[in-house]
Amino acid sequence: MVGGIKDERGLKRNFLRLLRDPTTVFGLIVLIVVFLTAVFAPLLASHDPGRGNLLFRLRPGFWSSLGAPGYLLGTDMLGRDMLTRVLYGSRVSLLVGFGAVLLSILVGGTLGLCAGFFRGRFDDYISRFVDWLMAFPLVLFLILVMGVLGPGTWNLIFALTLQGWIPFFRLLRAEVLSEREKAYVEAAWAIGRNSWSIMFQEILPNIMHTLIVLATLRMGIVIIMEATLSFLGLGVSPHVPAWGSMISASRGYMQIAWWLPVFPGLGIFFTVLSLNLLGEGLRDVLDPRLRK
Amino acid sequence: MSIRYLIRRFVFLIGVLMFITLFTFLILRISPGDPVDLMLKGQQEITHEDIKRMTEQLGLDKPFHIQLYVFASGVVKGDLGYSFYMKRPVWDLIRERMPATLELALFAMLLSFAVGIPIGIIASVKQNSLVDRLIMGLNFLGISMPSFWFGILLIMVFSVYLGVLPTMGRSVYGQYPTHITGLLMLDSVLTLNGKAFVTALRHLILPCLALGMGYSAIISRILRSSMLEILSQEYINVARSKGLSSARVVLRHALRNALIPMITVAGLEAGSLIGGNIVIETVFSWPGLGSLIIGSIFARDYPVVQAGVIFFALVFVLINILVDLAYTLVDPRIRW
Repeated sequence: MVGGIKDERGLKRNFLRLLRDPTTVFGLIVLIVVFLTAVFAPLLASHDPGRGNLLFRLRPGFWSSLGAPGYLLGTDMLGRDMLTRVLYGSRVSLLVGFGAVLLSILVGGTLGLCAGFFRGRFDDYISRFVDWLMAFPLVLFLILVMGVLGPGTWNLIFALTLQGWIPFFRLLRAEVLSEREKAYVEAAWAIGRNSWSIMFQEILPNIMHTLIVLATLRMGIVIIMEATLSFLGLGVSPHVPAWGSMISASRGYMQIAWWLPVFPGLGIFFTVLSLNLLGEGLRDVLDPRLRK
Repeated sequence: MSIRYLIRRFVFLIGVLMFITLFTFLILRISPGDPVDLMLKGQQEITHEDIKRMTEQLGLDKPFHIQLYVFASGVVKGDLGYSFYMKRPVWDLIRERMPATLELALFAMLLSFAVGIPIGIIASVKQNSLVDRLIMGLNFLGISMPSFWFGILLIMVFSVYLGVLPTMGRSVYGQYPTHITGLLMLDSVLTLNGKAFVTALRHLILPCLALGMGYSAIISRILRSSMLEILSQEYINVARSKGLSSARVVLRHALRNALIPMITVAGLEAGSLIGGNIVIETVFSWPGLGSLIIGSIFARDYPVVQAGVIFFALVFVLINILVDLAYTLVDPRIRW
């Protein structure tokens, strides 16, 4: 890097600054817990997420004397263990959230870098296409695409990427447009570096921090979208335990079993909250311009 | 507002609508489910001739570009086609359902402004105070919660446990006001029907809260940060040192300038309000366009989905034009 402003010490200092803010630390801890839950769900769960015991239908959990032993958060309408299903639900949300954001970064980030760097006709075409795509209300677009593709985890990731790349495109394009005029880029040109190496080795590291902040915040939005689509019956396939579809299935039983919609919803809520808290914390530390 | 700007905007609008029509049309035609199959499913004694006849009747045997031409020329003439499933003109369905969606969106928007603007102002004026932290904290919870879940929690608390508000629909049978505009609240006022008004209002409260929550959180957040930026500027100090009252400085000098970024975001987020509408209509069995589209997607009722999507896109583009117009009202320096 010619005029790089990042160094090891700066990284460590930023990380320590991040840990000084209690809400960010809370977000980080919750996120780690959710992540570990998703990874180790089969070890943590005491039951099979898809198998129920009809003798123990709609039983409350630990808070009631009517609860069935061994079912901490109660059971659903088919006698399946709620705790097990909520634990497994984290897998879908994190997989879809992470997968869709990663793909969006790859597509949107690369296009944004190129558009901002090369400008010209390439930039014109893509930017215009983005304007048009943005005239499509997001949820409507997703409902349409998922309605056509049919339920499924990979379909969901694909659909969420179809529009999810736009914010990354816009951010990187704008950042590159201002970065490419700076002295370190000029210096890189002067010593004979080619476009691609300047783009990926000089500019990209310098705008990485904004990318990280956006990615964290976007993941929260994508997880809410995933849950919403699963709620509408357009998300993952019906036999996969997902938080959104669990809430949807509970709608007929709200009068007698409040725990059916509440626990999966808390799963979504805490996951998204942790991502939002972490994203804001990262923004404060990494992007001082935006600090308010 | 120059004519050139208006023309450019109008061309963009037409372009966007054409793009969305084409996209919707394409994606529905490549989808795996066959509407004829779905419609005839479960019926006894279906012959190949029946299937063939039905496919021909619906125009689905024609090549893709002919189907597109038939649809597009229909749209231009104001004919949105015929619902495969409900066997009625699509335009009738949309006209029937539109007021419900409009009423919900309108009241949710009013509610979010009524809540979001004051708390945004309070948070910025009392920056870093306990009130500010509380507001921002609640805001954070608001944007981290899916609206459909919030809606279900509202139903559980206010309908199931407290039993004070209804869970679904716009009104109850026999209490609809005489149809004038289709907006129940407005119609009941126009016909001086107090009972219908109360019933409609009671049905409207929970869906409005569920839909407006996220939107008001966004509005107050943006307003707070733009207010903070403006309150630290020189001319605010000048206004204060002139001896103007605090309320006058905040409301007349600061708020007016802070409204510009808020309007931008409000316009951009109108898309999420439209999307939220679709979801909330499903939660509360609200008989609007959103639930119509969802049902039609599952039934592969192409004409209804197409028309519904185009309608929402049209509304979205129009809102964005209104946002542009609103800038010039708030800030006379901006001219297009």
